[in-house]
Amino acid sequence: MELSLTTRTVAGHTVLEVGGEVDVYTAPRLRERLIELVDAGARDVVVDLERVDFLDSTGLGVLVGALKRLRTAHGTFGLVCAKEPLLKIFRITALDQVFPIFPTVEAATERDGSGSAS
Amino acid sequence: MATVRLSFSPAPVHVRTARLVGVAVARRAGVAEELLDEVRLAIGEACTRAVTLHRQYGLTDLVTVEMSDSDSYTVRVIDHAPIEASVGLAKLPPDELADESLTDDALTTGVGFALLAGFVDDLQVRPVEDGPGTEVRMIWPVARR
Repeated sequence: MELSLTTRTVAGHTVLEVGGEVDVYTAPRLRERLIELVDAGARDVVVDLERVDFLDSTGLGVLVGALKRLRTAHGTFGLVCAKEPLLKIFRITALDQVFPIFPTVEAATERDGSGSAS
Repeated sequence: MATVRLSFSPAPVHVRTARLVGVAVARRAGVAEELLDEVRLAIGEACTRAVTLHRQYGLTDLVTVEMSDSDSYTVRVIDHAPIEASVGLAKLPPDELADESLTDDALTTGVGFALLAGFVDDLQVRPVEDGPGTEVRMIWPVARR
């Protein structure tokens, strides 16, 4: 399935809903969109991975890049993911210790709930 | 023993094709349904690594994926990059993953290897027999047929 990217605002957070497959071919589009969002002023960013069917190391690299960018900009960055296969990928790579990961968009966008990127 | 061999130019768009073929052959070979997600991810990572190396070195040679299903399901992903087989396969500790000084390429490579090592119990990385290049060999069990 092709990559889909949709942005909305929830409780003052910019939520980027990602769908489809994030791999070495599609990850550059995700990177571009995240850079655009930060360049446009977004500081509290949540990436919703609930509709992602496939995520590989290049996709993970893009997410880490966004975390670093927001850390530099004194923003916050969180992920929404409740799918066990994806959570296993975060655990195996130890990136579950790097990203704040929330089960729902609501949890990720609560004022005090979003993980700080710092 | 049935073997399927796929060769593709080192373009990112073809990695998805390799994943799809790899999973289709795995299913046909009798790999358990619950392992297919891992097969898909591992073949994708190995092919991504090969494509990335070919592009880094400006190689237009084809990347080869060979799948065979004798007693087990064996997938070999072969590149022709002139590096030692183990180069670029270092697993990164968690505290370095978000380190500012780490380049995106280094991060992706380290994470890619972590995924390969994490998802494939029987994984071997070794030089190809003829000329430069590396073979990533992955083996999964198949149900007795």
